[in-house]
Amino acid sequence: MTAAATKSTAHSIVEASPRAKAFASGLVILYAVITILPLLWIVATAFKSQSDAIAYPPKVIFEPTLEGYVNLFTVRTRQTPDFIAKLPPPQTWYDKLVRQRDMVIAGPSKVVPRFVNSLIIGFGSTFLAVFLGTLAAYAFSRFRIPLADDLLFFILSTRMMPPVAVAIPIYLMYRQLNLTDTRLGMILLYTAVNVSLAVWLLKGFIDEIPREYEEAALVDGYTRLQALRKVVLPQAVTGIAATAIFCLIFSWNEYAFAVLLTSGEAQTMPPFIPFIIGEGGQDWPAVAAATTLFVVPIVMFTVLLRKHLLRGITFGAVRK
Amino acid sequence: MAQIRIENLRKSFDQFTAVEGSTFTIDDGTFFAMLGPSGCGKTTTLRMIAGLELPTEGKILLDGEDVTFHRAAARDIAFVFQLFALYPHMNVGENIGFPLKCQGMARREIRERVQETARMLRIEHLLSSKTSKLSGGDRQRVALGRAMVRRPKAFLMDEPLGALDAEFRHLMCGELRDLHDRIKATTVYVTHDQLEAMSMADQIAVMNKGRVEQIGTPQEVYDRPASMFVADFIGSPPMNFLRFEGGLRSGDRAVSFHDTRLAVPEIREDRANAPLALGVRPEHIRFADAGAVRGEVFGAEYLGTTQIVTIDTAYGRVAARLSSSASVRIGENIGLEFNAERLALFDIGSGLAIRTANGEGPRHG
Repeated sequence: MTAAATKSTAHSIVEASPRAKAFASGLVILYAVITILPLLWIVATAFKSQSDAIAYPPKVIFEPTLEGYVNLFTVRTRQTPDFIAKLPPPQTWYDKLVRQRDMVIAGPSKVVPRFVNSLIIGFGSTFLAVFLGTLAAYAFSRFRIPLADDLLFFILSTRMMPPVAVAIPIYLMYRQLNLTDTRLGMILLYTAVNVSLAVWLLKGFIDEIPREYEEAALVDGYTRLQALRKVVLPQAVTGIAATAIFCLIFSWNEYAFAVLLTSGEAQTMPPFIPFIIGEGGQDWPAVAAATTLFVVPIVMFTVLLRKHLLRGITFGAVRK
Repeated sequence: MAQIRIENLRKSFDQFTAVEGSTFTIDDGTFFAMLGPSGCGKTTTLRMIAGLELPTEGKILLDGEDVTFHRAAARDIAFVFQLFALYPHMNVGENIGFPLKCQGMARREIRERVQETARMLRIEHLLSSKTSKLSGGDRQRVALGRAMVRRPKAFLMDEPLGALDAEFRHLMCGELRDLHDRIKATTVYVTHDQLEAMSMADQIAVMNKGRVEQIGTPQEVYDRPASMFVADFIGSPPMNFLRFEGGLRSGDRAVSFHDTRLAVPEIREDRANAPLALGVRPEHIRFADAGAVRGEVFGAEYLGTTQIVTIDTAYGRVAARLSSSASVRIGENIGLEFNAERLALFDIGSGLAIRTANGEGPRHG
């Protein structure tokens, strides 16, 4: 034993010292500020007027307006003040808002159908990927499958390059199959990309569930599928939730394929948002409003599954 | 309740053979223990009886009906797992009632049966608890309850006490045997712990490398081991083997052990000259100055009423169980005398027992 080792330690070795704790909280706060600030800026920009949004130096204090949101949801045309004066008085607050800028509402914009597309494609592909992934992962985990290791590697290898690398072959394929600019096509595509992630993640989770549970259920009178549904799935909920979030985040945010393969019917929010054009260029408040709305579902989904997600990310770290 | 018959059961995984052609019958109401070291195929055999694993060859008959390829659920047997396998998302009552729910029984009836079972196991007060809050012993009781509630033809238990601590294991041994005596269900119990098997079972099958080496009552297996493996596996310390070379003649009551003659139980078979082993249980050794085998005391292990004395002899180290009142000095040179009627003889080549008045040698059910 050296002299240093025999010296008694005054502080606990399991409890962090106050200084270490303060340092750690400082780091976390700094990280939170860095990540949350841009989001806050977007939320704030959505309530700015056009001129405030592009003001330099940037305005932190400003007069909030709903113009951004109105612009996002409507298509407007500019009219002469004479024409506007002849119109009957505005029916609603947003009519009024628009007329102050010498414009009239010509109709709804495409944001709602685009948003619906995003919801259908995002959640649809997530559901499919998790559903197929669970079945495949269960089979890999429980049955003796010939060449299982090779198959698993093959599944993983589909993620070894950025999906966009195969954009052109996929584009050509989709054109042949008439799948371009269809929701079904996008769901299939995102499912294909996500299912490998789902299989690998879920296999890890299912491996951790002792086989005895389903075997007990099999002996007690369930069929294999019943045992999977009633005994394995409830215990894999954590893993399924975590996997679902990862899949949804990918398919929700995916941009490159969406730009390439969708233009009208099946266009999702990511390619739609950057092209919200106002008079004289980008309509930043409307873009910010769209971004804010776009973030909401995924935040809600994550918050709902947060408990599972936390346990899911740390799975295997501590044995029960 | 049912009789279980195993015929030429074999199971191999790729290159590896886990169970090799065993044949035996477990009579109705028997507490049958399968005992052996890990990897001997006892669990695989049990899983085949349960229907969780399909045999490569052979048949399994339940009450005469061939169930070899029936689904596990169609066999009407219950399985108790080592890790209990209580469903974590259900409470105690739901766990016990689960097999009945699988069968689609009415809720009221399930509740009654669960109550009744819980009463038998004295866990009524736990019915609405979470399984994660239970102690090991209570978890085991719940697992038993889940097995019992259905009143199955047979219970299969895979090292059910393996996860409990020693003190509790002893208590549960008593409870399990008591339960068996009350409900008289055919029970197949897999364990690697000879004490569990010896204290609970009516019949013990000792398995090694996928083969059943011997089936018999605990006394038979202990007193008349059919092979050196059984003799070595059962008993603590195990049987001593003293090697020698010689031939045997039917009817002889002594063997030439190196340069002396040793009395043995009457030999029932003829043998040409071959390497043999004399099997002596530690409790059948006495210290005697006139003893034919001599050695030097190597050590003594005090166990309360008895002590285990190890002696270095010319034929290897021998363990003797003596009364703890006997005074033994380490390094002392002493003579050993064996209880002739209780000796066993083994053929080292095959590892099998040689037939004598004490034992009939290898027998397979």
